[in-house]
Amino acid sequence: MGRGNRPEHTAPPEVFYSESEARKYTTNSRMMAIQAALTERALELLALPDDGNPRLLLDLGCGSGLSGEELTDRGHMWVGADISPAMLDVAAEREVEGDLLLGDLGQGLPLRAGTFDGAISISAVQWLCNADTRGADPRRRLQRFFQTLYACLTRGARAVLQVYPEGARQATMLTDAAMRAGFSGGLVVDFPHSTRAKKYFLVLMVGSAGALPAAAGADGEEPDDETAEVAVAARRQPRKKRRGIVGALTGSARHPEAKGKGWVLKKKEQARQRGYANIPADTKYTGRKRKSRF
Amino acid sequence: MKLLTHNMLACHIKSVKNGFPFKIEAVRVEEIEADFDPDFLRHIFPRIEYHALREAAETLGAGGLPEQADEASLEDEDFLRAFHHALLEVVLEEGALICPETGRRFPVAKGIPNLLLHEDEC
Repeated sequence: MGRGNRPEHTAPPEVFYSESEARKYTTNSRMMAIQAALTERALELLALPDDGNPRLLLDLGCGSGLSGEELTDRGHMWVGADISPAMLDVAAEREVEGDLLLGDLGQGLPLRAGTFDGAISISAVQWLCNADTRGADPRRRLQRFFQTLYACLTRGARAVLQVYPEGARQATMLTDAAMRAGFSGGLVVDFPHSTRAKKYFLVLMVGSAGALPAAAGADGEEPDDETAEVAVAARRQPRKKRRGIVGALTGSARHPEAKGKGWVLKKKEQARQRGYANIPADTKYTGRKRKSRF
Repeated sequence: MKLLTHNMLACHIKSVKNGFPFKIEAVRVEEIEADFDPDFLRHIFPRIEYHALREAAETLGAGGLPEQADEASLEDEDFLRAFHHALLEVVLEEGALICPETGRRFPVAKGIPNLLLHEDEC
C-alpha cells in the first residue's frame, strides 16, 4: 500500500466499510477496475480445470460483490461472505447472482466439510491480523479461519487470497497460519520490484503438492495499466500541525506557517550545488522578514 | 438465500458437533428464475445432502422432489428440473435459520443470513 494510512488501523472492518465507503465500490470506476483485475488474476492462480463446467466457489470478504460478478461472468456459482452489512446491502441492491452471508471470517466459516471447489478473497484477509476488540486474538482467529476454510474445500481445490500484509512479519503470520491448518502452497508476489503495483497472493492448496504458480512481473516489468494501484482508499485525515522549532525546516514559534530559516538555507545550498551563480551569501539576515517600511 | 447455500451451511458455534442442517423458519419466500444448467447440477449432486434439501424445499413450499434420489436419477429430465428448481430458484428472503443442536436463531433479512456469533460462542 505504501501511501496513506492503512484502513486496518482506522477502524474494524464492519465500521470502516460504512455506507459511504460501500458507495465508492459502486460509483468509483477506478476502484471497480482494480477489483476486477485482482479477481481475474486470482482466478488465473486458482487454476480451475479447463473443462467449461461451472464450479461452486467461495468469495471471502465479497463486499459489494464486484469480485463475485467476475465469477458469474465465467459461469461459476458462488457464495460470498462479508462482515460489513453496508457492503452486503450494496451487493444485494446490485442483484448479484451469488448468495451472501453476513459473517466474521475470524469466527470460522459456517460451512459443511468438502463442499466448495475453490475460494478466492480480494483484499480481505489482512484484516484478521488486527485485534479489533478486547480479547480478540488474531492468531486464534486466523487459525480458526484457515481450519474451517481447509475443511470446507474439496480435495485438490485451491484457495487464492489476495492480501495486503503489513510488512514481512504479517506475511509470515498469514502463511504460517495457513500451513498449520494443513494447506500446502505459499505466497506469490506479483511485480515484486514495484512499490505500487506489488501484489501478494496467498495460493493455498488442499491435499496436493503442486508447484506454486509463477509470479507476474518477477523480471522487473511493470503492469501495463494503472489498475495495479491500491484497492482501498485511505481515510482522509487532517494533516498534523507543524511545530514551530527555530532552526528546523519549519517556521519560528511566532510564525509556524512560514518555511523558516533552515528551509531557506537548504534551498540556497541546493542551488549552489546545482551550479547557479549569484546566490546571496548566508548572513544573520537570511530568512528574516523585512521591516514594514519596505 | 438459495437452498444450495442452505445445504452447504452448518452451524459454526465452537461447542456444536453437528450443526447441519439448519432448520428453516420461513417468513417470506420468493421464486426467482435461474438458468437451467444440467452440467452444474450433475457436478454438484454428489455434494448435496439430498434429504436435507428435500426437507428444506418442503418447508419453503416447493415440493416435487422424490423421496429418494441417486446418480441414476440425474438422467431423468423431470428430476433434474425439480432438483434445479429446489436448489436454485426457491429463495428464502425473510426468516431465520435455527441451529439443530443448540436452537440458536440466526435471522435472515433481505435474503442475507446473519451468521455473526456472540463472543462466548466462538
